[in-house]
Amino acid sequence: MVEQKRIDEATGTSTVGHEWDGIEELNTPLPRWWLWTFYLTIVWALGYVILYPAWPMIDDATKGVLGWSSRGQLEQELAADAKRRAPTADAIAATDIVDLPAKPALMQAAVQGGGAAFRVHCVQCHGAGGAGLKKLYPSLTDDDWLWGGDLGSIHYTITNGIRNPDHPGTRTSQMPAFGRDGILDPAQISDVVSFVRTISRQEKASASSARGATLFADNCAVCHGAGGEGGRQVGAPKLTDAIWLYGGGRESLTATINQPRNGVMPRWGERLDPVTIKMLATYVYSLGGGEKVPAAPAAKGQGADGQP
Amino acid sequence: MASPEDLTGAPASLYAARKGVYPKKVDGFFRRLKWAIMAVTLAIYYGTPWIRWDRGPYAPDQAVLVDLAHRRFYMFQIEIWPHEFYYVAGLLIMAGIGLFLVTSAVGRAWCGYACPQTVWTDLFQHVDRLIDGDRNAQLRLANGPWSFEKLWKRGLKYLVYLTVAFWTGGAWIMYFADAPTLTHDFWTGQAAPIAYGTVAVLAATTFVLGGFMREQVCIYMCPWPRIQTAMMDEKSLLVTYKDWRGEPRGSVKKAAAHPGAFGDCVDCNQCVAVCPTGIDIREGPQIGCITCALCIDACDGVMSQIGRPRGLIDYCTLDDAASEKAGGAAQPVRNTLMRPRTLIYLGVWSAIGAAMLFSLGQRTRLDLAVQHERSPLYVQLSDGQIRNTYTLKLRNMEARPRRVAVTVDGLPGAVLWSETGSRGAAGERIDVPLAPDSVTRVKLFVAAPGGGPARQDFTIAARALDGDPGGDAETIQFDQSEAGQ
Repeated sequence: MVEQKRIDEATGTSTVGHEWDGIEELNTPLPRWWLWTFYLTIVWALGYVILYPAWPMIDDATKGVLGWSSRGQLEQELAADAKRRAPTADAIAATDIVDLPAKPALMQAAVQGGGAAFRVHCVQCHGAGGAGLKKLYPSLTDDDWLWGGDLGSIHYTITNGIRNPDHPGTRTSQMPAFGRDGILDPAQISDVVSFVRTISRQEKASASSARGATLFADNCAVCHGAGGEGGRQVGAPKLTDAIWLYGGGRESLTATINQPRNGVMPRWGERLDPVTIKMLATYVYSLGGGEKVPAAPAAKGQGADGQP
Repeated sequence: MASPEDLTGAPASLYAARKGVYPKKVDGFFRRLKWAIMAVTLAIYYGTPWIRWDRGPYAPDQAVLVDLAHRRFYMFQIEIWPHEFYYVAGLLIMAGIGLFLVTSAVGRAWCGYACPQTVWTDLFQHVDRLIDGDRNAQLRLANGPWSFEKLWKRGLKYLVYLTVAFWTGGAWIMYFADAPTLTHDFWTGQAAPIAYGTVAVLAATTFVLGGFMREQVCIYMCPWPRIQTAMMDEKSLLVTYKDWRGEPRGSVKKAAAHPGAFGDCVDCNQCVAVCPTGIDIREGPQIGCITCALCIDACDGVMSQIGRPRGLIDYCTLDDAASEKAGGAAQPVRNTLMRPRTLIYLGVWSAIGAAMLFSLGQRTRLDLAVQHERSPLYVQLSDGQIRNTYTLKLRNMEARPRRVAVTVDGLPGAVLWSETGSRGAAGERIDVPLAPDSVTRVKLFVAAPGGGPARQDFTIAARALDGDPGGDAETIQFDQSEAGQ
């Protein structure tokens, strides 16, 4: 322990007396400003403790004299953001939804806002990209629409929902349970399936499909149209195309005719504000299947020949 | 029991106050070189933002501009977009290798001449000499009691410090906005708060680092001297005191009385007096030496006066020091500068520069980036066709409006339309107008007959319609069934 007091030859500084593998430590004093900087950081920390929340208590922390909190800051930022968005929201509110595409900047803002709302409220069923889920929820990205794919129809659907029993404006229709309720017997259902698969070009015409044609005309054409072209007024799907929500195979079609699915959607008009619903409609419209039919009545007219 | 001080010879205090440095005025080759470099570097720093450069009506006409708000970097004819940031990375790599080159050749020349800390310290020390007088007057004033003279000189000095510091911060912000407009806005109180904040912070750091910290920044704070020792070798030029020629020291009188007993150093301490970091170069190479060579000027002046050969303190390599000590001759400076190590650094440095220039000459000013919409990957349409959705990013990097045609290639029977069109009017190409100097996003729908391969490569191309050569294409996939399903 008794180390010789040693002065380093090259620098003239004394050493602290430690040696590691021949390397000695010089006893160089620290610059005084360094010490003052250290004191300054302590003063800074004290000020920080006084001004901001710092000490954890049992169920909370000290408040700090500035009253700052991260939640308060978030609220401030949210308020500022709402203020920033207000002009756009007001403009969307003041514009009839069918006029939005004519205002590209506003339409773009609406689509973006709708995308954000979609990701909160709609992805649970319709999927992140609006592709839906086979056998459960319709795809919103294709060109096939049960109730109409123009802006007005989409807006109406989102606002009023589908098959909400207590609401008069809701989209409602009910396909009879032809099998379960005994309207058609299994052989007849098989014939109808043959016919439907014929008009959708999945099967060649047969004796079974010929029998099915008559049954179809009697039981199904009232909603689905004489040629199976669908009826949007009652949300009756087009049966001649390649898109099948619940599948176009024999088994799936038989199951649907036996006991129809009658899917439902919430009535968003009672949960979301009108601007959000408008934005949602424009977003769904923009997913690739939006129809340029100018007004809702024209869209409903397409299925007119299937009406009673 | 002995106290720790007795055992280790510790100094009385654990902390040491700064020893003031009052460098003496000196004249000579290196001092004039330092003036010249200071003038050039300061002129570049203060003047560059004011150079105008015509880029047409849609782009700013400032020659060097870092436009953070619009994410553009303008440097004369070169315009860098964020996705081309590798050019900036290339410049930084060149700056790094440039430092290796300079350090391996001439040691800490960057520190001694061009480092901003050195340039501004030099400037502030000159202010000291202007107001307080030369070294002796400064020392007298610093050590003397507070008097009226000391008070007004200190006040004036700090005012000049602050003015210099303010202009330093003020010049910096000019690089980030149109300089004449910003100057006007700044003085009329309309500039952005960040502008005032930046000026305040930079003025404060300049005032403290240039006015008070000075050599302590180099010795305690800067990491570069620590790295430099690894960059230098026995053939790098360093400021060296030739102790084999100078020692033992003795005055001219003593030397005359005892011929042959003393070296050339007359211990006049001029080399210490002029040193801006306050070191004694005669103690050998040390971390405080920034190789500014002012001690060479001072010593040469003294040697000339007393009629001894110049170069007692001189730029010298470690190899030369050994050979001179042994009585040999020094290598010519040319051999020191042109040796494999420096030539390799120079080669790499030039190669990167040449590659960047070549790539700048080759780059197109119309860029296409395609992103495949993955949710859903594909959509079946009611007529059995398959539609894929892509997001196109079209970058028009020219300062004028343009039109481009977007086409697809390698996908038989495909039609395309954008979100502003409709499938009924779909065709083999869409035309997109592009605003000047901007990115346009286009959602592109591509429909093709179903039944093809599950996954197929095809090309989306964007071609300028205004007769310009230039365009871009990207190969991407067309899907009709999810992989793995």
